[in-house]
Amino acid sequence: MNVEDKVIEIITREQHLAPGVVKPDSTFAELGIDSLDGVNILFALEEEFKIDIPDSVAQNMKSVQQVVDSLTRVLEGKDVSDLLAMAKGGAETRPN
Amino acid sequence: MRRVVITGLGVFSSCGTDVESFFSNLSRGQSGIRRIQQFDPSQLSVQIAAEVPNYQPAEYFPQKRLDILDRFAQFALLSARQAMQSSGLEVREEERPRFGAVIGSGMGGAQGLDEGYLNLYARQATRLHPFTIPKIMHNAPVSQICMEYSAQGPSFTTATACSSSGHAIGEAFRLIKFGLADIMLAGGTDAPITYGMMRSWESVRVLANGNGEPSRSCRPFSADREGMVIGEGAAALVLEELEHARRRRAPILAELCGFGMTADAGHITQPTVEGPARAIRAALEEAAVNADDVDYINAHGTGTRLNDPTETVIIKNVFGEAARRIPVSSTKSMHGHVMGATGAVELVATVLAVQRGVIPPTANYTTPDPECDLDYVPNQARDVPVRIALSNSFAFGGLNAVLLVRRWE
Repeated sequence: MNVEDKVIEIITREQHLAPGVVKPDSTFAELGIDSLDGVNILFALEEEFKIDIPDSVAQNMKSVQQVVDSLTRVLEGKDVSDLLAMAKGGAETRPN
Repeated sequence: MRRVVITGLGVFSSCGTDVESFFSNLSRGQSGIRRIQQFDPSQLSVQIAAEVPNYQPAEYFPQKRLDILDRFAQFALLSARQAMQSSGLEVREEERPRFGAVIGSGMGGAQGLDEGYLNLYARQATRLHPFTIPKIMHNAPVSQICMEYSAQGPSFTTATACSSSGHAIGEAFRLIKFGLADIMLAGGTDAPITYGMMRSWESVRVLANGNGEPSRSCRPFSADREGMVIGEGAAALVLEELEHARRRRAPILAELCGFGMTADAGHITQPTVEGPARAIRAALEEAAVNADDVDYINAHGTGTRLNDPTETVIIKNVFGEAARRIPVSSTKSMHGHVMGATGAVELVATVLAVQRGVIPPTANYTTPDPECDLDYVPNQARDVPVRIALSNSFAFGGLNAVLLVRRWE
């Protein structure tokens, strides 16, 4: 199962949604996921993938797409500094 | 002067998960104390408790709600649900700011805390579930209740050990009496039956061991009493300003007339005589009731070696000769010591006693103790009119809450 499928599975489970409701282009707002639900989903992702997601990255995970992107980078060990920069307003961007 | 009446009741306990079963069991002297079921108690010295039997959360709440409700909050919501339903209240939107809730708890989110510590220390977890805080915080029950019933008025939680719900009900009473609210949901909840809690209580050496015969283990005022038994559960009452209740033709169950609240300033676990006696006198004075007019006292009556004779002296101190003719019973003999919920559970029993003219017994009373020589209504309920009744809560730490109710005629 790829990252996107896993993310969709976890969100579906944690939010007690029917299968098929969560789509790759869904936003948290559309799914009725508030900030408390959001941290719950992050917890489930951290447990599932055995990773730590820093707060600064977590702030930008507000859609299925963003979650998948951030997770993929963390899992591939890529530098997530541009995500961090985006969190700070995009003023500083370190090269990869 | 604004008067406060009780128009709804709810109880979720080892002796019944609804008001009728609860009172029926109490009236029959039926104990809810059994061997602990919710975890394997074989390692404990004390393996008994007053648990809500066969409790299945999924029967009462959808899973999504359960994710964020600790056991003690579940119990609170269930008792509040009954109280609101039985009151028939429909709170209009403009009334919401005049509708509040005060729900006490002695031990808070004990279950969630236990689970969290297990993960942290035994399983070496480096992260805990994000719902841990909103689940275990002491105010989770009252906040969830406010959310459920759109109660936007003055609301908070109380935590005074065994007096938590006595204080909750007393303060809710005052809020209505002094004009800050018209409707209050008041009560308490505790789900303290965890391995850690039981180990902590064992060391205090006040628990009845009763492993051989759990249902007989709590014997308040009896010479062969062995101690108290930990219980879980919740109770809630709807308190309402009298004219508000009359206008909507509410079912008025009793009037709440007095609340006495004092501190012993004595010992951290041992009661004084004077502190609780002053609380009883204060309740009598507020209700403008003479000692002679009291028809029933629902005792704190934990069944410990120390409480029962001390409470006997306290009652004699306040009532003098009249003490000998006032029936005094401990319903803890049946529903256990429900900690932060016990004041509310016992006030529900007291209100029913007043409403129905049935005094629940002190169960398991075997042998008179020379130091406890009052009428404890041993073993059999008594059919007798009860116009005025008191409910005592004398907590660890010397915090006393006494409530006085009067039959509604």
